Amino acid sequence: MSSRLQQTFAALAVARRKALIPYITAGDPAPEHTVALMHALVRGGADVIELGVPFSDPMADGPVIQLACERALKHGTGLADILDQVAEFRRDDVRTPVVLMGYLNPIETYGVAAFARRAREVGVDGVLIVDLAIEEAPDYLPELRAHGLDCIFLLAPTSPEARIETIARAASGYLYYVSLKGVTGASSLDVASVAEKLAMIRRHTALPLAVGFGIRNAAAARAIAQVADGVVVGSALVAEIERLADQPERIVPTLTERLRELRRALDDASSE
Amino acid sequence: MNYRYPDARGHFGPYGGQFVSETLMEPLRRLEAAYMRLKDDPDFLREFDEDLRDYVGRPSPLYHARHLTQRWGGAQIWLKREDLNHTGAHKINNTVGQALLAKYLGKTRIIAETGAGQHGVASATIAARLDLKCVVYMGEEDVQRQSPNVYRMKLLGAEVVPVRSGTKTLKDAMNEALRDWVTNVDDTFYVIGTVAGPHPYPMLVRDFQSVIGREVIAQSREKIGRLPDALVACVGGGSNAIGLFYPFIDEAGVAMYGVEAGGRGLQTSEHAAPLSAGKPGVLHGNRTYIMADANGQILPTHSISAGLDYPGVGPEHAWLKDSGRVTYTAVTDDEALAAFHELTRTEGIIPALESAHAIAYARQLAPRLGADRHIVVNLSGRGDKDIFTIAKLEGIQLT
Repeated sequence: MSSRLQQTFAALAVARRKALIPYITAGDPAPEHTVALMHALVRGGADVIELGVPFSDPMADGPVIQLACERALKHGTGLADILDQVAEFRRDDVRTPVVLMGYLNPIETYGVAAFARRAREVGVDGVLIVDLAIEEAPDYLPELRAHGLDCIFLLAPTSPEARIETIARAASGYLYYVSLKGVTGASSLDVASVAEKLAMIRRHTALPLAVGFGIRNAAAARAIAQVADGVVVGSALVAEIERLADQPERIVPTLTERLRELRRALDDASSE
Repeated sequence: MNYRYPDARGHFGPYGGQFVSETLMEPLRRLEAAYMRLKDDPDFLREFDEDLRDYVGRPSPLYHARHLTQRWGGAQIWLKREDLNHTGAHKINNTVGQALLAKYLGKTRIIAETGAGQHGVASATIAARLDLKCVVYMGEEDVQRQSPNVYRMKLLGAEVVPVRSGTKTLKDAMNEALRDWVTNVDDTFYVIGTVAGPHPYPMLVRDFQSVIGREVIAQSREKIGRLPDALVACVGGGSNAIGLFYPFIDEAGVAMYGVEAGGRGLQTSEHAAPLSAGKPGVLHGNRTYIMADANGQILPTHSISAGLDYPGVGPEHAWLKDSGRVTYTAVTDDEALAAFHELTRTEGIIPALESAHAIAYARQLAPRLGADRHIVVNLSGRGDKDIFTIAKLEGIQLT
């Protein structure tokens, strides 16, 4: 049986469209908004949702997502709550894949086996653990895979070819290429070097390649969509949530609109 | 040695390892490869030894604290005088080593995290000497608490960046330094100040600091005629402790005690004692004992000593705890403060508040041992930096 992520990317490939993958932090600006925001992302044209699990020490994230984590944690958002949110989301959406993205310690504290079981049960499709390098992954992957969860891994500009090969073999769902040396939300995107690296990665894998970190607007999304299978946009959306944290009723329409802009940019890129 | 840790993947039993984002994995591999090549390279070692001797001022003395010994009425107390090193603490041993690595790797910029400011000062010092650009990340809270050290770093030409995220202390400074490193990985060397972080840092910081224990072995043979019976050191991240302990690990007759910051007491949540009251988890690139809540979020810590105010601990200490080779314990702020005053008034040595934790535990241990026993306490740093904290606690206004 193919996973929801596989089905989604297969359908996109047939339609010659690129995957739009928005990221939001669960519990930001407050837990009661998360499910509505997820639906808003889908209405705006999201193909996959990356739902961030907030962590007190998000060392790979820039200031925008750090602050999102702090807002979420102020409300005590824990992994158990986030899994409940996914369950609630699934009541109205059985089609859009949901990937949980976060750091290892909250998952390990929950218990990897218990997490994998519950994640599967509520309809999580994939897991991306930012600080779980491939070398340490053998202690975790079997449990996640046994419950049918796709294990998404990061590839970086610094990853040598042999390493990319190893990671590509362990990964499923898609591979997430980090477009720049830096943290999430940085601003030094170089499309030509991304294209070059993606070409090399494709020699080692048939998995879809998503690109993220530093894609701040529709123009950047469009440029990346010409070379990648999917575009991840996180900090640019989270910054909108931050800006509107005091007027939460405006977050859903604003995010839907941002997603539509990104969707158009991606569809333009695919039709060229 | 029979003790051979870490293993090839950087693990100390179940602890240690490399838990960082993918961008840093290759830089860590290169650092490890360079270090494995250089650690036995005669030119590198000669340069390191020369720096330790002529720049740091090593060997540091092993001082027989006769007055304390008499006062406490038990074992002989010996102080390993790391406080007499250049810049006033053991931190410089490691920064000299890592800066040399940076130079051999052709890096032009070093970054560091600092809590109390000692490691920041030690990094800024060596950067000035080697003409490296130096950026030090320091929690905003600590910038306020440790303003003399901030000024010292600036005098030395370093840029001090106040960190405003999270709890605005050492752990957040480390997050920020990791973010800088991931962004500037081509020209930048991250000088980690303690035996934490991802492999190979816990190993290489230990190796650079183990000059402390090697000297103690030679000095105690000369002065006592044998090895000491017990070693005592404070543990925050744990670099001064591992530096003292490591060369003794195979010496089964030598007891070792690591002393954590008990803050306002282990029964409260206001302490910084993950080995005594935390549990295993993953933080800052390694698996170790940490202080975290039921959701796995890292907890704020408290210690009177900024240098011990950290929710994790070096992974090798986690392993030495589980294996039973080292006994870990904690003393409270008040006990450390009393020891600070006692050492100052009895021996005329003002210790760092960090080191005062080790003194406080030695005070408990000494009377339980006979006068024919010998305890070596690592006096890891001098207390000049802490006089403002002490004065404030005692309601004295310093101008």
